[in-house]
Amino acid sequence: MSAYLTATKLRTVRIIGVKDETPTIKSITFQDRLSASASPGQFVMVWIPGVDEIPMSLSTINPKEDIAAITVGKIGEATDKLHKMKVGDIVGIRGPFGNGYTVTRTRNVMIVGGGTGLASLAPLTEKIAAQPRHKVTLLLGAKTCNELLFLERMKTVFSKATGRMVVTTEDGSYGEKGLVTEPLERLLAAEKFDVVYACGPEQMVSRVFFLTEHYGVPFQASLERLMRCAIGLCGTCVIGRFRVCRDGPVFSEDQLREVKSEFGHFRRGFDGRRTSL
Amino acid sequence: MSKRLEVEIAGLKLQNPIMLAAGILGMTGASLLEAIDNGAGAVVTKSVGPKPQEGYHNPAVVHVNCGLLNAMGLPNPGVHDFAEEIREIKQARAHVPIIVSVYSFSAEEFAETARVAAKAGADAIELNVSCPHVKKTGSEIGQSPSLVAEVVKKVKAVAHKPVIVKLTPNVADIVEIAKAGVDAGADAITAINTLRAMAIDVETAQPILANKIGGLSGPAIKPVAVRCVYELYESVNVPIIGCGGVTTWQDAVEFMLAGASAVQIGTAIASEGLGVFKSVANGIDSFLKRKGSGSVKDIVGLSHRH
Repeated sequence: MSAYLTATKLRTVRIIGVKDETPTIKSITFQDRLSASASPGQFVMVWIPGVDEIPMSLSTINPKEDIAAITVGKIGEATDKLHKMKVGDIVGIRGPFGNGYTVTRTRNVMIVGGGTGLASLAPLTEKIAAQPRHKVTLLLGAKTCNELLFLERMKTVFSKATGRMVVTTEDGSYGEKGLVTEPLERLLAAEKFDVVYACGPEQMVSRVFFLTEHYGVPFQASLERLMRCAIGLCGTCVIGRFRVCRDGPVFSEDQLREVKSEFGHFRRGFDGRRTSL
Repeated sequence: MSKRLEVEIAGLKLQNPIMLAAGILGMTGASLLEAIDNGAGAVVTKSVGPKPQEGYHNPAVVHVNCGLLNAMGLPNPGVHDFAEEIREIKQARAHVPIIVSVYSFSAEEFAETARVAAKAGADAIELNVSCPHVKKTGSEIGQSPSLVAEVVKKVKAVAHKPVIVKLTPNVADIVEIAKAGVDAGADAITAINTLRAMAIDVETAQPILANKIGGLSGPAIKPVAVRCVYELYESVNVPIIGCGGVTTWQDAVEFMLAGASAVQIGTAIASEGLGVFKSVANGIDSFLKRKGSGSVKDIVGLSHRH
């Protein structure tokens, strides 16, 4: 457990790269050995000194160079401040925390991402695509063309690996017009998948879960909840009996069935009260 | 679970003396049930007040050497919303005592909050007069013998359930505060809450916690807590519940030898997981067996013989 306690300590790191991914999303790269040895789906707590501390999935995990990155959508005070940060600025990091996605020896893999959900799914896609005898189908969705995250990065993955990518936009400005769940249903009906992974807006993820249940496919989803301690103590991020920070953030179909009265329906505020999704 | 571990504290029957401490999980019925299903002999809820409260900004928690620093700012849904969570647990696991931790800003508010909690099914009330980092409540009340006495009296008058006072170590004389509470009718004492503490990041010169000052828990405070329990055992005649850094069965036994009838666990859940309740309880049971003792009650206060 001492390795765990080492990871939970706060350390400050200097930002070594800032990249505009879309008009509203930036990736921030930093050097941190612990983050760089994380598993896809794990997250870190990012401290913006004097402002806030927020949970962020690791979108790049590069153990060779001890480099990791987070990918940040502009949604509030803390993320606005992160968007204004430059190379050389200091942030605090705790973690990595959580379980990450479980990658098994299954062959035919489906990955479904919406919005910034791609942040945790990009390193997963790269990891699975690099394994021999795996076929990956990536479904990538966004509202409109310029909000599609990691499009070029994923194109590079599929130029080398066995698999395919299907892109949807709600306004039809790129790929298929509509929601990502439409090609998902078509593919699940036509083909046998060994596992489906999903991350994105909870309404989308819960719709994906409904479909994987219907077609009897094993499922893993990364969930998002408000967080404080990230070490399983404070109870802010609970869903049912699970702590998203410690038991998740990735949950299996069995676990999601257990919390089906909450998953896709409501989350709790910092005061513990329910807010409908 | 072994009969040896059964204890009774202020009329509450516990199958084992290992409790979930206040502030840990405890914000929802489901997470309290999870602690019960992992073997907790009783659970103390998150502190609830008269109204919902979001608490402080993050960072609210940070690890330091040998301990954990937190300033959550008493986040809670308010006792009226929380009543639903209390009912949920009582329906599901009636045999395990649920102790509702209560905080407020005046004795009258304490009484009203405790009354609502008791009516919803709380088996006992633990008075949080010891949170070290929220103004006009917690330790600002718990550092004054007369304020503690007033809160206990008003709560006792309306709650009709055992009342436990959780003490702050941030005082010159913890015994004086405990005596005031017991004289006013407190049925038991929990010792101790966190120690006022802080951490500063050296690169940015910023205090790390958003509230700057918080409370220290974990192994770092265990010797302080054991000393408090030891002093209290010599001076008060109500059961004492030890709290502060319990991680292993040896820690729990040490508290009991000092005079604790039961112990609470919080911070150790981070390093040991929820399995800590069973591992500590099983460890105590093996210890008692090895010592030829028939009941955990036999070792309470044993160190005072020397």
